Order: sequence, then C-alpha cells, then structure tokens
Amino acid sequence: MSYTASRQDDITLIRSEGQLTVNNRQELKTMIAERLEKGERRFVLDFGETGYIDSSGLGALVTIAKQVREHAGDLRLSGLNDDLRQLFELTKLDTLFSISPSASEALAGF
Amino acid sequence: MTSLRLCIRRSAVADPAGPADRVELRLPSDVDCIEEAVALLTHHCLAGTRAGGRMRFRLEVVLAEALANAILRGNQEDPGKSVHVAVLLRAPDIRIEVTDEGHGFDPSLVPEPVTPHRIREERGRGIFLIRHLADQVVFNERGNSICAILLRR
Repeated sequence: MSYTASRQDDITLIRSEGQLTVNNRQELKTMIAERLEKGERRFVLDFGETGYIDSSGLGALVTIAKQVREHAGDLRLSGLNDDLRQLFELTKLDTLFSISPSASEALAGF
Repeated sequence: MTSLRLCIRRSAVADPAGPADRVELRLPSDVDCIEEAVALLTHHCLAGTRAGGRMRFRLEVVLAEALANAILRGNQEDPGKSVHVAVLLRAPDIRIEVTDEGHGFDPSLVPEPVTPHRIREERGRGIFLIRHLADQVVFNERGNSICAILLRR
C-alpha cells in the first residue's frame, strides 16, 4: 500500500494504491491528520488502484471523516470498484460518504 | 511485509457430502501475515475451479476478517500464540474454520454496526461482514473458533 498526495487548487488528492487494511490504516490516518494540522481542509481519497479495504480500513475512513468534519473540512471518496462499493453498501457507509466514480468527478464536485 | 513460511497441508478426506480436500494452515499472531495468508488460501481453495469473481471476493473478505479477529481480538497479537485455519473443499461448498488461542467471546453480544448510533464507530464491522458474505456462520461454545460456510453457487 502506498499513498500519493497532490494539491489541485485548494484540494488535496490522495491516491491509494494496494490494499487499505489493518496493517497500514494508521499510515493514512497520520497523513490526513498532518495535513489538517497544516491547514488543508478539502480532501479527495481516490481508490481507483485499490483492490481491497478491510473492516479496519473502513473504520479508519470513518475516523478520518470525523476528524475532517471537526476541522470544518470536506472529504470525498472516488474510484471504488464494484466489490468495494458493495462493502460500503453492506455497512451503510455509502450513506456517510460522498462517493464519486472518478477522482476528476470528485474534484469537480467541490 | 513479513516474509512467511506458511505451511499449507492439503489432503483428501472422506466427508458425508462426498469427496473433499482439506487445506490447513497455521500462522503467527501477526497482522502482517494476513494478506499473504489470504492470497495463499484463496489460491488453494479456487485452484482448478471455475469460481467467479464474486466467490473470490466473498472468500477473501471472510478469510481476512476472520484472521484479523483471531490475531487482534483472540490472540491479542501475542507472539507465543498462533491461529489455525482448516478449510474443507467440498463439491457444494467451502467450509472455513479459523481458531485462535484466546479466551473466546460471545458473538451474540456483538452489536450491529449499521445502526444510526453505531455507524460512526471505528470498530465492529468484521463479524458483520462475515455474517453477510458467508451463507452460514457458527461459533464454538468457547467463542474462539468460527466456522463459515460459503456455497458454490
């Protein structure tokens, strides 16, 4: 798993590659927390290159969303494959997140 | 990732449902092992079958969540404890049994994570996912062993 961050206007786009699971979720949480500290508020997390997110990864996303909200920020997700979408629907997390088909659509949605 | 020597044992067994293969794996209480163990077990479970992506996905989620629970909650990442996986490959289904060395838990006390007051909790979705993606889930009395059955459909 690796995360690549870039800035587009005032939006931080983080691309996730690999799996988001129990053994690397902390890395993503730390990355977002550091950027919130630096004043960044708008985030797109793109999972177009992510095959799998486990329950710990889903939980990490819930916590990240809470932290972003506490900083009056906005977090959007994009690029979920059909399997990942199913996990979000099963756990009803699709009702908590703004989810776009692609990163470009998520960026345009701000 | 930790380089593992995961030892898979595969054997033909007699089962009331007909000829079956049994795949066994013992892995240490280290979450870094989960990804490799899931890939290895999935490969052995689906080798030579015409299982589609849906079956692969269900299998991977059930295995990953059961292993994470066993390592984190059951064995509490104690390096002196291990997790045992036994998979029975039968014509109608795949039967996965994951056992840890912990004290066990009462699965009936695990709350549903999708209710409005729990949906924002970080933890508590693993067993829920297993229950929704497997066709049948049974725990032993002690609560340290989960058996999940996935029908080949």
